Amino acid sequence: MSPRGEQPMVPDVEFESYYGRQILKTPTWKNPDVPLYLFLGGLAGASAVLAEGAALTGRPDLERVARLAAAGGAAAGSVALVHDLGRPERFLHMLRVFKPTSPLSVGSFILAPFSGLAAAAAASTVTGRLPRLGRLAGLGAGALGPPLATYTAALIANTAVPAWHEGHRELPFVFAGSGATAAGGLAMVFTPLPQAGPARRMAVAGAALEIVAAEGLLHRIGMVAEPYREGRPGKLISTARTMTAVAAGVTFLAGRRSRALSVAAGLTCVAASAMTRFGIFEAGIVSAEDPKYVVVPQRERMAARARAEADAFA
Amino acid sequence: MGRLSGPLDDVTGDAGYAEHPPRMGFFTDTSVCIGCKACEVACKEWNSVPDDGYLLTGMSYDNTQELGASTWRHVAFVEKSSPSSVSVDLGMPGAGPPGVTLPSGEDQAAASGDNAITWLMSSDVCKHCTHAACLDVCPTGSLFRTEFGTVVVQPDICNGCGYCVPACPYGVIDIREEDGRAFKCTLCYDRLKEGQTPACAQACPTESIQFGELDELRERADLRLATLHEQGVDVARLYGHDPEDGVGGDGAFFLLLDEPEVYGLPPDPVVTTRDLVSIWKHVGAAAAALTGLGVASFLGRRR
Ligand code: SF4
Ligand code: SF4
Repeated sequence: MSPRGEQPMVPDVEFESYYGRQILKTPTWKNPDVPLYLFLGGLAGASAVLAEGAALTGRPDLERVARLAAAGGAAAGSVALVHDLGRPERFLHMLRVFKPTSPLSVGSFILAPFSGLAAAAAASTVTGRLPRLGRLAGLGAGALGPPLATYTAALIANTAVPAWHEGHRELPFVFAGSGATAAGGLAMVFTPLPQAGPARRMAVAGAALEIVAAEGLLHRIGMVAEPYREGRPGKLISTARTMTAVAAGVTFLAGRRSRALSVAAGLTCVAASAMTRFGIFEAGIVSAEDPKYVVVPQRERMAARARAEADAFA
Repeated sequence: MGRLSGPLDDVTGDAGYAEHPPRMGFFTDTSVCIGCKACEVACKEWNSVPDDGYLLTGMSYDNTQELGASTWRHVAFVEKSSPSSVSVDLGMPGAGPPGVTLPSGEDQAAASGDNAITWLMSSDVCKHCTHAACLDVCPTGSLFRTEFGTVVVQPDICNGCGYCVPACPYGVIDIREEDGRAFKCTLCYDRLKEGQTPACAQACPTESIQFGELDELRERADLRLATLHEQGVDVARLYGHDPEDGVGGDGAFFLLLDEPEVYGLPPDPVVTTRDLVSIWKHVGAAAAALTGLGVASFLGRRR
């Protein structure tokens, strides 16, 4: 039960296990490396989209901020990923094969070119050199941005971890929304008000997408949603949601008028997006460690199958 | 690479071996296991697997606890009060699995007799799944399918990304902490290549662990199950033998005397890549949504 004495959403279920021991192995992915990478990938991917839009519509200040966010996010994300591997020299094995059944393999082939293109585009924007090549690189990064921001949902969903796997339909949308919130928020912090309109709209729309998708997730997956609601991950997720909603509201109402409010709302968006990723990551760990999230849903699945078979014969 | 789930007649052929020996595997008949742990020891010895430290768990006779990077065979000891001995839960701490009321208080004397405790012992191992999630997700190709249809890690290629660990629906493979790479049962690939029996099966004194061609093992298991049912052991069941199950059947399957979860096994495991098409579809739609959201952000007002 939750140490904070919250009411459980679902009554405790009876089930058998081997001395209460976990059935699945706990993911060995490090915290904060991996949740940080999930967040940075979303920030970088959505920022690349924002940068391309700014370039196309002639908003140089917004473009510079977003390009730096895309390049910086990708670079920091790669560092987090390699640090998680623990053996940097082995990162090369990752590009040895391309395996569509492994989101980590697919992701490496998205992250590597994205990082290069985003860095080239940012360098060109900052130095003013090779503007044409810079634009081309920016377009490439803009195209790879959305896959970069969302493939990480496939990365965690394609595991046996109940809270992640069961959420595989909504998690990509949560990640897309959360990435947009972070990118919009960060751009709001550093861009002068007159050019920050698209960043504000992206942050507000991203927040809406994230909140709706997350609600859908919690309602669809039954008792496996418990780790998303209870304990530390539950606190992280609900706090993040409140922060996202408030920041989006402030952005919508006052974002155009007050730079101070815009900066505060932007920072809140970024922090909330990061918290969401940590909450989702930790909820998965909790669901892997408690055998109840393995046994009970699988039993229910078997019972449903048996009922369907019985009905077919009746 | 062919299908992602469902029955697969020729798993080895599907992995690209034009010509190959028959698929080999284990049939572990837990009804004759005596919990001697010869398999655990033989495995450690042959494969030079490091020790896991010496600790007493207070959990039945099981101090090994679970399969892991350095435990490729694990003997579970389930101590259960048998259904016939109805006892009252006095809320006393017990030594049994949760949800099971162990005899306590006045019943204690009678309960410790032979009739009141059921002993279940079972030697667990990597299942060498037909559709192995660990193999599917490994980004380096370090995990591969052998010509015998088994699943093996090549430590020189493994980059320690740890993706295989949460992918396995049975919680088998793990990272060896001091080493950083993933390890699990190889079904004694080196011995198989020499036409030998895996160390655990060779050491098992009761033939609880049987090694051989998978097709033949499945027939043997059906016969054994029929015999047990005839003798009135209705609880006997096969686990992991069915090619129609969520992992396409296991290359190492079991005869159990209770529900799988009592032994720490998932009741209805599924290879995670069964949903891969759906996963990528949703990612694609979400990526498109993010692009649309980006475009929409630039429409309308200038500011
Ligand atoms: S049991 Fe786990 S580690 Fe063994 S082959 Fe199946 S998925 Fe891989
Ligand atoms: S830890 Fe090694 S074996 Fe496991 S998925 Fe990563 S590279 Fe493959």
